[in-house]
Amino acid sequence: MDLKHLAVRPEATASGLPENGAGNADPGMVGGEADPAMVQMLSPEGELLLHGPYGAYAAELDAEDLRGMYRDMYTIRRFDQEATALQRQGELVMWVPMTGQEGAQIGSGSALQQQDYVFPTYREHGVALTRGLELSSLLRRFRGVSHGGWDPSETNFHLYTLVLAAQVPHAVGYAMGMARDRKIDPQLPEAATVAYFGDGASSEGDVHESMVFAASYDAPVVFFCQNNHWAISVPTEVQSRIPLANRAKGYGFPGIRVDGNDAVAVRAVTSWALEHARSGKGPVLIEAFTYRMSAHTTADDPTKYRLSADEEAWISRDPLIRLEKHLRAAGLADDEFFEALAAEGQAMAEKLRADVLAMSSPGFTDAFTDVYAEAHPLIQEELEFHRRYEAGFADSQEPTA
Amino acid sequence: MSTMTMAKAINAGLRAGLEQNPKSLLMGEDIGDLGGVYRVTEGLKADFGADRVMDTPLAESGIIGTAIGLALRGYRPVCEIQFDGFVFPGFNQITTQLAKMHSRSEGALSAPVVIRIPYGGGIGSIEHHSESPEALFAHTAGLRILTPSSPQDAYWMIQQAMTCLDPVILFEPKRRYWLKGDVDTENPSGDPFAAHVLREGTDATIVAYGPLVPVALAAAKAAEEDGRSIEVVDLRSISPIDFDTVTDSVRKTGRLIVTHEAPTFGGIGGEIAARVTERAFLSLEAPVIRVGGFHMPYPVAKVEEHYLPDIDKLMDALDRSFAY
Repeated sequence: MDLKHLAVRPEATASGLPENGAGNADPGMVGGEADPAMVQMLSPEGELLLHGPYGAYAAELDAEDLRGMYRDMYTIRRFDQEATALQRQGELVMWVPMTGQEGAQIGSGSALQQQDYVFPTYREHGVALTRGLELSSLLRRFRGVSHGGWDPSETNFHLYTLVLAAQVPHAVGYAMGMARDRKIDPQLPEAATVAYFGDGASSEGDVHESMVFAASYDAPVVFFCQNNHWAISVPTEVQSRIPLANRAKGYGFPGIRVDGNDAVAVRAVTSWALEHARSGKGPVLIEAFTYRMSAHTTADDPTKYRLSADEEAWISRDPLIRLEKHLRAAGLADDEFFEALAAEGQAMAEKLRADVLAMSSPGFTDAFTDVYAEAHPLIQEELEFHRRYEAGFADSQEPTA
Repeated sequence: MSTMTMAKAINAGLRAGLEQNPKSLLMGEDIGDLGGVYRVTEGLKADFGADRVMDTPLAESGIIGTAIGLALRGYRPVCEIQFDGFVFPGFNQITTQLAKMHSRSEGALSAPVVIRIPYGGGIGSIEHHSESPEALFAHTAGLRILTPSSPQDAYWMIQQAMTCLDPVILFEPKRRYWLKGDVDTENPSGDPFAAHVLREGTDATIVAYGPLVPVALAAAKAAEEDGRSIEVVDLRSISPIDFDTVTDSVRKTGRLIVTHEAPTFGGIGGEIAARVTERAFLSLEAPVIRVGGFHMPYPVAKVEEHYLPDIDKLMDALDRSFAY
């Protein structure tokens, strides 16, 4: 099937990002039928251009903010490498790499305030880091010892959801609840949710229904679509014949396309969108234009469906390299900073490995515990049956659950 | 004590639930000014406002999905699905998300959403308006399923669902919405998940629920004229099932007929037959007989009477049981 006629930006992937780094003239509008201008603030050479309507948000970032973003991006890439290695060594049943998407994730996650609430897919490891989640807890699911792994109320970072886009209406409903809370108690801080999903999941009906509900109720939700170009093996062109950000226009709220490999631009745009949502003006769609530099999961083989030349073209737009160039050129970080990060990263990886290896399996009977919140006779009956069955092996040397 | 229809009883139950918990709210299609296509929510928007009684966009997955989000934020959404056959766009949210949220989070999260579904046939309607999909949900761990057969149960079950910590689906027998009965608004019906023996008997047991409870009672009365003493058990809860009450009855009578409108294949009747066989095999004088729908899409209105269990089919089943 020849899909060239559907290509969103056929030249953009081959020849680089649009020159217009200014973003949209009016952040509330997506202009006409034309592609939205892609918001960019860090050029691939690391030059910071703080113009355009979102520039003010980037201008607020000081050296420590920028170094912090780089530190998080570096940390999560090192984490991703270690998790991939753990899977290859048989210590995880599966892993979902996110290398290449650090700019989109750290950029958006670092724009959040404590009272905001995140509904991730299963690849938002970087966002998890910005929420302060203990990183090893992300691996409990992939170690095969939990279907969840953490208490979302501790960091306002919901559990990973594996059914594509199913978490998106949850984010809308939660946001509707936040708005209701403030009607009951106006002293509560303004808050918003962020619903993460990918270009593939954008085709799911739940995304459509969520956007309809969010628009109808002015829900304080930011729809954050990481367009990483590949839904496992299927390119974005199969999901949409227009830029995904343009879809917002059909729902009647702002849509912004941002260079997802430009952490500064992503942070600025997300800060604007969160402010917009929190203040009661309704939802925003952000399409972060990025690239999944690794496989969909550790069970995937990208050599089957994409060219290495395509992958190499995106290496030059690596979000870490770009921010590093800026930090060095602007004199905000030196060799010592980057060497210290490498050492920190190594220590993090070693601790992560130790934590994963120390994760013990739950007892099988634990699986009966939380099926229901209230007592349930069938659960009790089956648990007792299982215990009697297991007790029959009391003389056996084999360990049982 | 007052007399009211089942629809009015649910309305009154919803009203009581809304009054008792300011975080409870209703969501659904046409439930506001119209009061729902069956008028079950009539007058509630006028009294509680559009924020508490929300006319939603026409999207079942969106209704359930946003209700889950609201529940995670501490609200108590009660969703109305307009008809049984229209729940399926929300099936994914109900089975993969709502049912699993508590266990996925190892108890950290709860999503106590209530879903009301008018169900069953006998109303002479068109496709998708007469189905009984309860078994599809009963098969999913994490959900609780109730179905009232009287205004009294309807009034209390909806309120009990609205305070349950687990997600509850209330299957409402739509052809009994206009059934009148006494409702004791002071004294609850007790444990909503317990089956009730509605009529005591010694020779055979008929287990029914929802729309077929009046049919089972009528069949028992008719059998009485043949000199047979039939016990009728109203199951009330489809998940969990009160197997103790059912088994106790069978131990006494030795014969069991289970009836529901849903197809017998893969249905609740098969589950009850298997459990009773496991628990009370030696008490059985005859195989458990199921009287239910056929393995076909719900038939057209002009012939639905041939599909639905009725008094004659129950009498025939009793004959077969006694002849065994």
